[in-house]
Amino acid sequence: MKKRLEVLLLPLLVVFLFVSVWHIAVKVSGSEIFPTPVEAIAGIAELFRYGVLFKYIVASLFRVSIGFLLALIIGIPAGLLIGWFSRAFYAFNPIIQVLRPISPIAWIPVAILWFGLSDLAPIFLIFLSSLFPILTATMAAVQNIQLVYLRAASNFGVRGLALFKKIILPATMPQIITGVRLALGVAWLVVVAAEMIAVNSGLGYLIIDARNAGKRYDLVVAGMILIGAIGLCLDLLIRRLQRLDEVRWGFQSMMQ
Amino acid sequence: MTTASIKIHLRDLGMTFDGKGNGTSIRVFERITLEAREGEFVCIVGPSGCGKTTLLNIIAGFVKATEGDVLIDGSPVHGPDRRRVFIFQECGIFPWLTVEQNIGFGIMDRSRREQKEHIDHYITMVGLTGFGNAYPSELSGGMRQRVEIARALVSNPDVLYMDEPFGALDYFTRLRMRAELISIWEREKKTILFVTHDVEEAVQLADRVVVMSRRPATIRTVIDVRLPRPRDLDSLHYIEVRNKIFEAMGLDHSGLGVHEKSPAPL
Ligand SMILES: Nc1ncnc2c1ncn2[C@@H]1O[C@H](COP(=O)(O)OP(=O)(O)OP(=O)(O)O)[C@@H](O)[C@H]1O
Ligand SMILES: [Mg+2]
Repeated sequence: MKKRLEVLLLPLLVVFLFVSVWHIAVKVSGSEIFPTPVEAIAGIAELFRYGVLFKYIVASLFRVSIGFLLALIIGIPAGLLIGWFSRAFYAFNPIIQVLRPISPIAWIPVAILWFGLSDLAPIFLIFLSSLFPILTATMAAVQNIQLVYLRAASNFGVRGLALFKKIILPATMPQIITGVRLALGVAWLVVVAAEMIAVNSGLGYLIIDARNAGKRYDLVVAGMILIGAIGLCLDLLIRRLQRLDEVRWGFQSMMQ
Repeated sequence: MTTASIKIHLRDLGMTFDGKGNGTSIRVFERITLEAREGEFVCIVGPSGCGKTTLLNIIAGFVKATEGDVLIDGSPVHGPDRRRVFIFQECGIFPWLTVEQNIGFGIMDRSRREQKEHIDHYITMVGLTGFGNAYPSELSGGMRQRVEIARALVSNPDVLYMDEPFGALDYFTRLRMRAELISIWEREKKTILFVTHDVEEAVQLADRVVVMSRRPATIRTVIDVRLPRPRDLDSLHYIEVRNKIFEAMGLDHSGLGVHEKSPAPL
């Protein structure tokens, strides 16, 4: 019971301190432009009144969902195959390792060149940036499968497609989920950057637009708060996957 | 003894692991020749690292020997087979499946009703009634081991390969598991190759005990355990057989070396 209270109170205390310091700092510096916490919250309310709040959130979430889903659909099967067949690994791993460290931001000009100023450009960027964490996590997961599981399966005559379905996929699922969680975090970072340049809707656009059209820093910070809150919600959503019965075994030590 | 009743025949097996890259290859064992009769319970003992797991892996068809061959029912082994099930030193049940799903893993091609009957039968036999829907991570080590034994038995194999299956269990659980294994074996008449480095365990279980030497290992001796079951662990005969094995391993019965300069830790 005492523990529970601590878990609830301590973070609230830190948030309170953070907001207070922010408020005092703005007041002491006498800044006309940077908002106090209350002004930032008022900014969110204003966005709501203008009717752009949900429109922009939905626009960002839409782009993330499409790009992210594409990355899942391609990344997991490709990762399983490349991780399993050593020929495929030798062939594809080097190019993956070269492409992987290129920041998605560096792809922005390329995306605009290929897809113009449309939804496709950010979707492509999100796809790229979430593909690599998913792909590499899946490949590594396959290569880390414990030999006992493969031997037990072969002992019972399981091979081919059944081996993928019954052993390889479930054995790698915890590590894949970890990769997917990482990928969604990156995707959410990238969508904001992409929207600042390639389109005129979404939370990234909101921030850059609020700054350019009249230095409305209250709306800039309002946008930042929204981005943080939604990012947290997405992560909480994905974390629920880790509690599924079929994968819980892979997270045991983390939960304790 | 007619050849018809020879189940497993190891002919002059030898194994060398290539040292990958660093050039040091490991000669694990050589000149291993052994016959196991149908329905026989054979224990293999030897110091840690002498190649017991490797030998069992080769017999099961997971690994290829560098010399010699393995004959089962007279024909050479080319790979694993569901008629001969392996029980692993490092628990081999699938953590993503429930107890029931694990036990049913080897009979998924049968009808639902038949599966259910078999699973229920073996869950009861290994004393896991009520745990059918539990996941391995929710079970104790001993319970997991029993799931693996049930999974092996359910597909009705003629041979069981058991690699220190009780090594990770506490003393009392180990005693009980041995008793359970013997009663299963007496009922189902499987041929069992059982690896252990516990001499007591070997004498309690086996018809014959194969004693391996240190690496590069050979079969030092094979000792017949002609003790009636259930075995009386205080009988003179039991102690005599046990000491004979200790002696063969180069140890006196306190576990200290007598023949060798530096005995391998058991
Ligand atoms: N895949 C492998 N590659 C190279 N060397 C190996 C491999 N597997 C086993 N060895 C070596 O072969 C020797 C025998 O190993 P093995 O696991 O068969 O011993 P063991 O008798 O089962 O030991 P323990 O009682 O500790 O389980 C060891 O020295 C080990 O290092
Ligand atoms: Mg071993």
